[in-house]
Amino acid sequence: MDVRPDLPWLTIVWNDPVNLMSYVTYVFQTVFGYPKDKAEKLMLDVHHKGRAVVSSGTREEMERDVQILHSYGLWATVQRDSA
Amino acid sequence: MSTGFNAGLGGGVTIILDGGEASILRSLVSQVLGLVQPGSTGQDPLERALGIGAAEKPSDPVLARLFPSAYADDEKASTEFRRYTEATLREGKRADAETLLETAEQGEVRLTADQAQAWLRALNDVRLALGVRLEVTEEIHDELADMAEDDPRYPAYVTYDWLTYLQDTLVRALW
Repeated sequence: MDVRPDLPWLTIVWNDPVNLMSYVTYVFQTVFGYPKDKAEKLMLDVHHKGRAVVSSGTREEMERDVQILHSYGLWATVQRDSA
Repeated sequence: MSTGFNAGLGGGVTIILDGGEASILRSLVSQVLGLVQPGSTGQDPLERALGIGAAEKPSDPVLARLFPSAYADDEKASTEFRRYTEATLREGKRADAETLLETAEQGEVRLTADQAQAWLRALNDVRLALGVRLEVTEEIHDELADMAEDDPRYPAYVTYDWLTYLQDTLVRALW
């Protein structure tokens, strides 16, 4: 039996020209319960770097996060942590 | 033009809309509703009952933006994800649009906290749809300032800019 623990999975949010900086910050606070300064930092990472890792965990958890982010219209994807 | 949203009682918000504004909002949201309403769900009645739906990435760029692929470089996983989640996502967007259509009226609109969340998502869906169709960039506000009023794109850009303003004031009223 392979007991190697699963590598964590990541939720990535990508920059897009429509979603407002205020809105993206608000969504990170609402969906993840992040404090405003953390939500704002992630939003700025998305804005300036084109993408940011916004959560990590099991694949199922990340798919759930992506589904909620899609309901808010954010462009989010799941990927395995390659680190 | 409307002065945007203000914080209301109990986590709700208020806005005063004139007749034209309420009408534009309802018209745009109706169009998005037509796009997101489940139509491409699976043919199998059991799959429909379980909320298992279409697996294909939509060919319409607006739908592709409203229902993005969940895996950037894994088509198989994206297809599987879409199959099990798109029907739920469509249902959520439909419910948000209908909440807006039921409450957007001329005069003072008072929204509960839940209705405000529905408006937030519905307004954003309209902005995403318009943004894809207009191929907007992050500089759209400045482009509009420099645009001649007889430019054929002008009315749509003004509408988009107004929706952006509404969305931003709604976020700030909820904070």
